[in-house]
Amino acid sequence: MDTQTPAIADPPAETLAEMYAMLILARKLDERCWILHRQGKIGFHISGMGHEAAQVGIVWAMRRGYDLLHPYYRDLAMVLACGMSPTDVLLGSFGRQGDPSSGGRQMPNHYCYKPGNVFSVSSPVGTQLPQAAGLALAEQLSGGDRVVVTCVGEGSTSEGDFHEALVWAGVRKLPLVVVVENNEYAISVPMRQQMAIERVSERAGGYGVRGVSVDGLDMLASYRAAREAIDIARAGGGSTLLDARVVRLTPHSSDDNDATYRSAEEKIALKARDPLPRVRANLIARGALTEAQALDIEARALIEVDAAHRAAEAAPYPPNAWALGPVFA
Amino acid sequence: MADKTLIEGIREALDEEMARDPRVFVVGTDVGPRGGVFLATQGLFAKYGPKRILDAPLAESSIIGIGIGAAMNGLRPVCEIQFADFIHPAYNQIANEAARMYYRTGGQYPVPMVIRAPYGGGVGGGLYHSQSIEATFAHVPGIKVVVPSTPADAKGLLKSAIRDGNPVLYLEPKKGYRMIKGEIPPGDYSVPIGVARVSRAGADLSIFAYGMMHYFALQAATDAAALGIDAEVVDLRSLSPLDTEAVLASVRKTGKALIVYEDNKFVGYGAEVAALISEEAFESLDAPILRVAGPDAPAAPYSHPLQEYFMVNPKTILAGIRKLAAY
Amino acid sequence: MSLDIMTTTVRMPKLGESVVEGKIGRWLKQVGDAVREFEPLLEVETDKVTTEVTATTAGTLLQLLHPEGAIVPVDTPIALIGSAGAEKSLAPAEAVARTIAVDQARSPLAARATGQSWVSPVVGRMAAEHGIDLSNVAGTGEGGRVTKKDILAFLKTRAVTVPAPTDELAAWEQPGTGELFRPSEEQPGTPVSAPPASNSTAGETIPLTAMRRAIAEHMVRSVSASPHVTTVFDVDLSRVVAHRQANKAAYARDGVNLTYTPYFVGAIAAGLKRHPAVNSSWANNAVRLHKPVNIGVAVSLGEDGLIVPVIRDADALNLLGLARAVNDLAERARRRQLKPDETQGGTFTLTNHGTSGSLFATPIINQPQCAILAAGKIEKRVLVVTHDGVDSVAIKTMCFMGLTFDHRMLDGASADAFMSTVKAVLEGWV
Repeated sequence: MDTQTPAIADPPAETLAEMYAMLILARKLDERCWILHRQGKIGFHISGMGHEAAQVGIVWAMRRGYDLLHPYYRDLAMVLACGMSPTDVLLGSFGRQGDPSSGGRQMPNHYCYKPGNVFSVSSPVGTQLPQAAGLALAEQLSGGDRVVVTCVGEGSTSEGDFHEALVWAGVRKLPLVVVVENNEYAISVPMRQQMAIERVSERAGGYGVRGVSVDGLDMLASYRAAREAIDIARAGGGSTLLDARVVRLTPHSSDDNDATYRSAEEKIALKARDPLPRVRANLIARGALTEAQALDIEARALIEVDAAHRAAEAAPYPPNAWALGPVFA
Repeated sequence: MADKTLIEGIREALDEEMARDPRVFVVGTDVGPRGGVFLATQGLFAKYGPKRILDAPLAESSIIGIGIGAAMNGLRPVCEIQFADFIHPAYNQIANEAARMYYRTGGQYPVPMVIRAPYGGGVGGGLYHSQSIEATFAHVPGIKVVVPSTPADAKGLLKSAIRDGNPVLYLEPKKGYRMIKGEIPPGDYSVPIGVARVSRAGADLSIFAYGMMHYFALQAATDAAALGIDAEVVDLRSLSPLDTEAVLASVRKTGKALIVYEDNKFVGYGAEVAALISEEAFESLDAPILRVAGPDAPAAPYSHPLQEYFMVNPKTILAGIRKLAAY
Repeated sequence: MSLDIMTTTVRMPKLGESVVEGKIGRWLKQVGDAVREFEPLLEVETDKVTTEVTATTAGTLLQLLHPEGAIVPVDTPIALIGSAGAEKSLAPAEAVARTIAVDQARSPLAARATGQSWVSPVVGRMAAEHGIDLSNVAGTGEGGRVTKKDILAFLKTRAVTVPAPTDELAAWEQPGTGELFRPSEEQPGTPVSAPPASNSTAGETIPLTAMRRAIAEHMVRSVSASPHVTTVFDVDLSRVVAHRQANKAAYARDGVNLTYTPYFVGAIAAGLKRHPAVNSSWANNAVRLHKPVNIGVAVSLGEDGLIVPVIRDADALNLLGLARAVNDLAERARRRQLKPDETQGGTFTLTNHGTSGSLFATPIINQPQCAILAAGKIEKRVLVVTHDGVDSVAIKTMCFMGLTFDHRMLDGASADAFMSTVKAVLEGWV
């Protein structure tokens, strides 16, 4: 399954600082959404806390805004990296007219951002996978060179759509990277009860696609793995099933009570695996970031989130007519 | 001009649209060299090649999912589901995704795709090659549903469907593929979606039908004429959107309505037409609205006499006409 | 912008146990100003009080990281102070803070000096290691001291119970309700239609201040949670009046204004020591008896509302100490200079409603306490007194004192027993 590719270099220092800033922005925005929910100001939030390092690593390996992204609801860092602003996200959380994802029609965190080639997140899980294969098929049929990256949780790999999409990907060598963000829980169902294998990537051989496992808590390892997969896809070498192991630092969503299936000890151990401090220390150790720059980034992120919060909360609701349409183009 | 069959009308539409628009492609099981199990795509693979006529793996949900993705990335897929009975695994992608994509993205991502499926009984197909599914999908906002019952309409409606720019479910009455013959006008023409057609003008009562039942209704109307009953026959053609004005105009004229559909009667498509008439044309009614429809049993049985007993046919339609006319 | 010079980061402090974020009210210094250690830098608002936050080091104020009006989570950097030559200290400061906490927990002799029960070496060490506040641990040893067994038992219960959702946990660490789609009436964002203007009488609609809103919510919650019952006693304050007259001037020379309030607080403290059942809170189908005696004194803020600063460990203060505490808290409350923690942790509340002329009242319990004492107007009244079986009429300085209590936890008998003690202490004041 391994193709011979030249070793992937890490991005340069300025890029690493940008990536770190995106990690922090995603985390601060995510935290603010939880606070807003607990304050009763927004009705729902589903989080990507613990997934950020994998997402930032992978999305930076794409040609953002050029390649196509068909994400799922935890991909906050990815959609921010593709051009959505914190205000855009919060307009969706508050259900306001200016919400670029859906004009207030969809639940929060159902991202869509056409200027960034980000496709629409749905609620039934896994539906994006055959659609992503279709995006890639169209690219292939029309001779384009864009790669499609699609993301999904490990629970959704049980859905029929996952398998059907990989059948297409293998048979047609589609320019497609299927990212499985494996946080080992599908709401309360642990991975052991979702699959009888150790790693999702083990499935890949069954479809004749490349299977790669990566530590999703390591931003740069995720970057390198994704970059290799994307390069191979772009060169016509076919699809990759990229399985990134991450942690879900929060309950499934704002309404989940994970105390019913995760012990207090487990949650303490989980928190210790938060990828952000590790990335921070790593970047400082290799000289890509100074302590002062990191603090500056953290402070700026909060300022940006604050401004987005004020703007979104003050924005108008959509007119009633938007409940009824548009139905047809 | 020689008569052509319904299936030829379909094939001509596909051929002409693929020649006209390079974005149009066909995807489904066995559509390639095999030409489709009903030969709807016969000869097209040789003409257009594997990048325009794609054989799909046996996975209906992904046939539709692929179509949605391709439609969102600049192409115009015509997805074939081999039998309407097998569309159910794709229901999620059709109803939750294709039908809702334009609305939920506030108009950012339209889904210009056609889903073709042979439907209906009377071909010895048993439970799983005879189903009618139009009620299920006409009920879903965001997808259009059309049913041709003549070769000319088969070609014209399919062209409109391909050009529509939205998800359109194009249901083909398989019993009539070769049985229904008629003239196909030359040249590039299309039949607009949302427009019904009065195929037989009459004064005594209005029969509303579509697909194979329209073909049978015309026969029953001819038989009724011999009994002195002058039946108007309206071919609905477009189930969603429905040509409500055509329906109401006909009822206001005749005062009596008979709705014919081969699907199971309970909560079938005809129930909606009946509700519409009673709500909007109540004061024109001279008799209760009658429906002649399939029995409420799980789909058509195989054994020949059972199947004939099960299926709505010109005789049962005539019985309905006589009952209504006598009221 | 370059941040290569040595800087000290000022962070949003945790201004109270229940506080997760603070709003920057007013910056008191501008970029470029010289700043002394402990000099006030900015005002931070929480929903009840505005607090000054002081600089943690001397230097020059380099940068304000958040504008006025910004709400930031606790521990967020909010300003940078530059100090030429000084080490920027983050980790060392935290290490010092931790050491202090450990040292405090490790000095049983200190505990002994303040009269608390003795903390043995093993108990002191275990408390420090596990971060246990010994006042939360039930003591079964001699004199009620906490034994090693008690600590072990406490750790066991702490390990088993899932921390109840409190405001101390981050928002994403608090469990959700488990209920995903509630009726839309309960969802945020349902635009409420304006009340029909034609139905309202002429007048003015006054928007709620944060304090008024907080008071309103608390009152409704309290009344619906606790079955309120009131018992009223008539207290002869002759001896208190006399004592006050005799000592007022001396206290004034010490800068202390001696009012009746410290007498009341003292009597209440004595009553609570004698009747610990009243120093309690309802805790999920159990009654929690509090060890410390923290008495809140309601202070009116005029039209703005009221606030209840708390005198901690009131049982350890003599009259002078109580008077000082009452003066200080009331003064700062009226000047809106209380710290948020000073309104927390009370186990009992006194309200001196009599100062505005009211005879007796049935106030609302200050949750999660068990009772509230309402001291009415102090006035001379005619009473019948009996001496050696002979009745006569006397003029006495009297005060109606009502105890409004939560009848889940207390019955009339225990409430009256408490009030009898309070009455006895006041009537027998020396």
